[in-house]
Amino acid sequence: MHPAPSVIIFTTFSGLGFGLLFWLGLGVITPTGISAFIWFAIAYIFAVGGLLASTFHLGHPERALKAFSQWKTSWLSREGIASVVTLIVMAIYGAGLVFADTPYALLGWIGALGALATVFTTSMIYTQLKTVPRWHQPTTPLLFLLLSLGGGALLAGQVTLCVVLLIAAAAVQLFAWYTGDKRFTQSGTDMQTATGLGDIGTVRAFEPPHTGTNYLMREFIYVVGRKHAQKLQAIALVLGCIMPIILLLIPFSHIFAALAVLSHIAGVLTLRWLFFAQAEHVVGLYYGQR
Amino acid sequence: MTQLPPPSAKKLGLVIDLDTCVGCHACVISCKGWNTENYGAPLSDQDPYGADPSGTFLNRVHSFEVQPNEAPAQLIHFPKSCLHCEDAPCVTVCPTGASYKRVEDGIVLVNESDCIGCGLCAWACPYGARELDADAGVMKKCTLCVDRIYNENLPEEDRQPACVRTCPAGARHFGDLGDEDSDVSKLVAERGGFDLMPELGTKPVNKYLPPRPKDVATPCAPLETVAEDGHGFAAWLDRALSALPGGKS
Repeated sequence: MHPAPSVIIFTTFSGLGFGLLFWLGLGVITPTGISAFIWFAIAYIFAVGGLLASTFHLGHPERALKAFSQWKTSWLSREGIASVVTLIVMAIYGAGLVFADTPYALLGWIGALGALATVFTTSMIYTQLKTVPRWHQPTTPLLFLLLSLGGGALLAGQVTLCVVLLIAAAAVQLFAWYTGDKRFTQSGTDMQTATGLGDIGTVRAFEPPHTGTNYLMREFIYVVGRKHAQKLQAIALVLGCIMPIILLLIPFSHIFAALAVLSHIAGVLTLRWLFFAQAEHVVGLYYGQR
Repeated sequence: MTQLPPPSAKKLGLVIDLDTCVGCHACVISCKGWNTENYGAPLSDQDPYGADPSGTFLNRVHSFEVQPNEAPAQLIHFPKSCLHCEDAPCVTVCPTGASYKRVEDGIVLVNESDCIGCGLCAWACPYGARELDADAGVMKKCTLCVDRIYNENLPEEDRQPACVRTCPAGARHFGDLGDEDSDVSKLVAERGGFDLMPELGTKPVNKYLPPRPKDVATPCAPLETVAEDGHGFAAWLDRALSALPGGKS
């Protein structure tokens, strides 16, 4: 799958932002006054910035409001609703902390639940696709949630939570890579089922429909990233999980904490790039490529 | 709403005969022509006369080589467009309701004025039937020529999809696959029509007819060896050339 920068930025930063909102809503930290304003500003810049980035890959972003209508079937629609509801609830909760120095716990819990729901619905946009076997497995939502909560805990300065969650995220990621490599063959979709010609003999793509490329090939067949996939996997895990854990466990300093956050963001961006670049869509079979 | 309607009694679709298709791409061109001039945004091309041309097509013809165990390879031309699936995953993923399946005849369409161009329906489609138009920014797909098949301004013989009307080989058939007694349903039953990627559970309406078994060619006897008897000019030439350095005895 084509790793579009807008979608990578969207999932990475909105994941971090909603992760931070989750811990804020849960009351793990209850800053007040101006310090609350700064905490919430960081969370909203990440969450809203990510959501805005996602609109850049739309053909008609001016019609984005229509996307809130189909929650009965569409995970994308559900995600839109979950994110907006969460942002509104958490804005009221944040206003309580900033202006009244009061945590309205019930609102915070609803907001925390909403933040979880937002990250989960984001992950389900990808997980639901049977056409991309690597994404169509339970590790996808689990990984999105663990990375979001781990990153949120990192931003919230919760060392123990962050270390535990990032170790869990790294473990699930390793497992997802291990199973993901076999997903396409296990899915049972191959040249034979795609063409129905397997009864005659071995099927090979002989001539593509056009001499040039097309939308389908640009969007679904992306082989460039696989050459260095293993190295990038190692880099992503070191930057995203291992470095932040080391930086958090050595005696605290603001510089190390900032470095931990930067390293984590770089790592998750790399993970998300791989998430798309390594994913293979079944339509590639018709082109003899994956 | 992007909820799928209950299965319609009428299931309009295509039956594509892989035995008859000659791979001329006439259906591709007539589809592009009709659907650029009529329903919805035109099918745009980018850099059409330049070094890297590409464009939106609703119907593309692939060609596959199939190699049997003990027979010559076969070349099979394979037209592919929207299969108007009964359980269409492209419809349910749409966040705006732009993508829908018609209750009355099962045709899957896009309401272009509601489409935000997110591309998720194209991701959900296993067949590559949907293409986001780079110029219009909306999702394009086969409409089964909904603006032809019910169009009473056209002569009756033209009230079928442009690809079917134009196919010079008669490899494309249009009809109601929900009606067991329709010509297309009978053809599917008779020829063993099949679904593409049935394991994905999309229940395509369009069916493909397999190539008929080929005649078994009698293997040709190898040509007789020239001048094996060692007489005549050819034999002399053979001996003379073999005697030269590097020649085989």
